[in-house]
Parts: sequence; C-alpha cells; structure tokens
Amino acid sequence: MTSHGTLRSKTYALLVPVILFGPAGNSLLGKGMKQIGAVRDYSPAALAALLLRIFTSPWILLGIACLLTFLVSYMVLLSWADYSFVMPVSAITYAITAFIGNRLLGETVTPQRWLGIALICLGVACVTQTPSSTTVRD
Amino acid sequence: MRTALCLAVIVFSSSGGEVSISHAMKQVGEVRSFAIRSLLAFLQRALRQPWFWIGIGLLALNFFSLLILLSWENVSFVIPASALSYVTGALAARLLLGEHPTSVRWAGILLVSVGVALASFGG
Repeated sequence: MTSHGTLRSKTYALLVPVILFGPAGNSLLGKGMKQIGAVRDYSPAALAALLLRIFTSPWILLGIACLLTFLVSYMVLLSWADYSFVMPVSAITYAITAFIGNRLLGETVTPQRWLGIALICLGVACVTQTPSSTTVRD
Repeated sequence: MRTALCLAVIVFSSSGGEVSISHAMKQVGEVRSFAIRSLLAFLQRALRQPWFWIGIGLLALNFFSLLILLSWENVSFVIPASALSYVTGALAARLLLGEHPTSVRWAGILLVSVGVALASFGG
C-alpha cells in the first residue's frame, strides 16, 4: 500500500500535466484551426485537402500531443485519486488562463470574472486540505 | 423545455462519463511505476475496460449536446449552467464510486461550482 506522503506527492506531480496540457492542447488546436480558416467547401476533394492541412499543421500536431499527454496523465491520476478531488482541483485552469490572458496577453478581465476566480481558488484551497483518496487507504 | 432537457443531458453525460472513466481506472488499479513499459501496460488494461468505453460514449454525447445547446442559447448561459456538473459529479462519486468527500471538500466543490459559473457568465 502506498504511503500517505507518496500518494500525495504522486497526486500533485500528475495534477501539473493535467492542469497545463489540457488547456494548452485546446488553445493550440484553436490556433491551428484559425490558421486553416473556416470550412466552406464540403466536397470530398476539398475535405481531403482540409484533412491533409489539419494533420500537417505543426500547431495542431502539438495540440494533439498536449491533449494525449493530458488524457494519459488524467487516466493515471484517476487510478488512485478520488474523482471528487481531481475534478474541482483541475478548475484552477480557469485562474491560470485568466492570469495568463491578463498579464501576458493584455486581455481585460472583468471584476465579476476576478470574483469567480477568487471563489475557484478558495474552493481549490479547501479541496486540497482533504486526502486525495478516500477509497484507497492512504 | 428543450433547453432544460438538453442541459440535463449535458450535466448527466459529463458527470456520468467522468465517473465511468474513474471507475474503469480504479478497476485497472493504482499506477505505481512510471516507466514507459508500465504505462503502456496500464493503457492496454484501461482500454480493455468496458466502463472506459461507456465513459467515452457519454463524453461524446456531452460534446454533441453541448454543441446543440450552444446553437440555441448564448455561451454566457450554457457554460455557467454546466458548472452544475461539479456538484452532480461529486454526488455521483459519493453514491456510485463510494468516495467519502468531507464537509470541507463539499464546501470547496460548491465554491468552485459558483466560481466557474461567475467566471464564465458574460466574462
């Protein structure tokens, strides 16, 4: 049986790729698809050309790699950690996205959104005070 | 009526899908080694779990019902309303997976749920 300390370290080590690679993958896919442009021609030849452009786009390939890393980390994490622990803690991505958008990209974040983010951070702080697994004895 | 029904499908399929995948991973067992060979063996076992595929099916249903609702309603309504799945997911984990969230964890989940709704609403 894994000790309490090891289980906790493993949980936080796996939460990092879950939190980082999920949103990064979605953003990269979004960037790649925006570069490719809106789909207007649905003929088989045009769709084949579109698929070729999608799967040769470095942004999209990087996005898929990030999402695969996210998926595997998420599955491994759930092999021991409670879903009711992982799910709320991974909501911290809302805060990270808002901070990056505001500090690095100069996006405006409304006071209401900051209030929401403060509640998320408070909620995550509460959840992280509890053991990561209540089914595996740790 | 159709909006409420679609929202119910979104919340149910999101929580149901995630809880099914969580159940499948618990059946595979705790990952103790992070060597590539062990991880590949873990993935192989995971992909053979029926609950994993039930979960993937429910998440696909979630994706398409979300797209349908987004074609009817504004994103500023849809995303905050779907934050309800944080609470339903925790309830499902309690009832179906036998997890024992403490009152502190419940408080955290409620705060996250309200926070996500606020952060997404018209943000």
